[in-house]
Amino acid sequence: MRKRISGLGIYAVAYLVFLYLPVVLLPLFAFNDATIIAFPLSGFTTAWFGQLLEIEALHAAVVNSLWIGVTTAVLSTILGICAARASARFEFPAKRGIMGLIMLPLVLPEIIVAVSLLVVLLGIGIELSSWTVILGHVLICTPFSIAILNSAFLALDRSLEEAAYDLGETRWSTFRLITLPLVMPGIISSLLISFTISLDEFIIAFFLSAAEPTLPVYIWGQLRFPTKIPAIMALGTILVALSILLLAIAEYFRRRGIARTGGKDTGGFL
Amino acid sequence: METLAARFRRWRRGEAAAGLSLVSPTLLYALLLLAAPLATIVAFSFWTQDYLTIDRSFTLANYKEAWSDPLYRELMTRSVAISATVTLVTVVLAFPIAYFVSFHVAPEKKSRWIFLITIPFWTSYLLRVFLWKVILGYNGVLNSGLIGLGLIDEPLTFILYNVNAVVITLAHAWAPFAILPIFVALEKIDRSLLEAAQDLGENRVTTFLRVTLPLAMPGVVAATLIVFIPTIGDYVTPRLVGGPDGLMIANMIQVQFMRLNNAPLGATLAISAMFIVGAISLLFLWLNRRFLKVRQ
Repeated sequence: MRKRISGLGIYAVAYLVFLYLPVVLLPLFAFNDATIIAFPLSGFTTAWFGQLLEIEALHAAVVNSLWIGVTTAVLSTILGICAARASARFEFPAKRGIMGLIMLPLVLPEIIVAVSLLVVLLGIGIELSSWTVILGHVLICTPFSIAILNSAFLALDRSLEEAAYDLGETRWSTFRLITLPLVMPGIISSLLISFTISLDEFIIAFFLSAAEPTLPVYIWGQLRFPTKIPAIMALGTILVALSILLLAIAEYFRRRGIARTGGKDTGGFL
Repeated sequence: METLAARFRRWRRGEAAAGLSLVSPTLLYALLLLAAPLATIVAFSFWTQDYLTIDRSFTLANYKEAWSDPLYRELMTRSVAISATVTLVTVVLAFPIAYFVSFHVAPEKKSRWIFLITIPFWTSYLLRVFLWKVILGYNGVLNSGLIGLGLIDEPLTFILYNVNAVVITLAHAWAPFAILPIFVALEKIDRSLLEAAQDLGENRVTTFLRVTLPLAMPGVVAATLIVFIPTIGDYVTPRLVGGPDGLMIANMIQVQFMRLNNAPLGATLAISAMFIVGAISLLFLWLNRRFLKVRQ
């Protein structure tokens, strides 16, 4: 018995090493005083981080990505609230089909989403811009929002809303005063997750952005030049730290939401 | 009674109406930006393009070309083979982890483990793929490590710029997507069933094979589909670590759309890939239902 557990335990740790191997290498090379990305490491430097401050194209890409990420997060969370609330609270005709279509981008290869949007947008004469990237990002982020918000709405005790109706509140005021505060942690977690997905998404941005690249599109362009790699490693380190921070906050709110509605934590975002 | 029944029916209608109107903004968005574009892509695959003008007369020429040209055939077979291998590797490697977290981790620590497993997935995809290139390269982390340990004399060359590298990198990228559904399925298993099996004389191995595994199959099936379907369309990994022999169909789709200005052929390749993947997925689901009686 004990031996079996430890065998699995060793496997679990080995698997975590496999999962974290690339992530751990990022800061190692970011602080490494060499232009070549290889072992052995030669010395400590923060020069690559300093270099980041001087690249203007990078700053433009960061601003563009932040703007796209925030807009995507807000739009997909609003669309997510509508769909998750409808699916958790109501029975309606063709529910499975409708929800299936909305959740489809979860399994659809991103390249299919990207090329089909590209063809349609060019076909009706819309010029590619940050907005076209946002359109695509909202499409792929909404299913994640719904997955998070669905559990928030399902955990909601319906009798609380009924009590509010009985006490004379209208549908809207009940939603605002009772439902919204209870699912707020889910909403915040959905905003953060959508933002993180949008910030990291490459394929759709690659196809649908025009003159102003997003951060991943900028990084993709730089990966071709060996001399630019160390600075990209530094940038990657910052991004990893940032996404871990955002995810930790999202996870905190998700758990608080579960605690608030009195549910049991089953773990995970999906 | 009559009025009660009528009122009930009206209530039902009211609920359906409320649900539909609430879901309509999201549905409208999905119809306009997902269903319509997908339909357009299907239409495009039956059209032809001459530089920038689209000829809208119906033709199967694109499909003839896509399914008979040796280059496209090879890319397509390779993509399906890579996706299948990645799926097999990912799911087989993921199962023990999901099992470990579900059965051997204390309940209050489970969500911490799941959090730990999902974090690498949220860090820059491009950089993760790029770092696999660094790990697997000729002077890479793995080779210098193995040489340093004295396990090999010369760097291994079969691990970068080929199909192997693509499989390793994708298996890494999709790991959480395989672990989570299996974990959820394992969590749902009523633990008293396992005790009952052992009381009835099954040992640990037979309990696992006859109780745990069949009950976990819906999770395994979900994990398989969730990894298999999107993997066929991966663009970044084959491009960065695949080398010329590791390119996949998505790279060709991109070339058709962006370089060769042949959107119809690109659309045909995309539709064909989705068709093949869809057919294999349905076959897989049917086999599971038929022989293992898996119900989703």
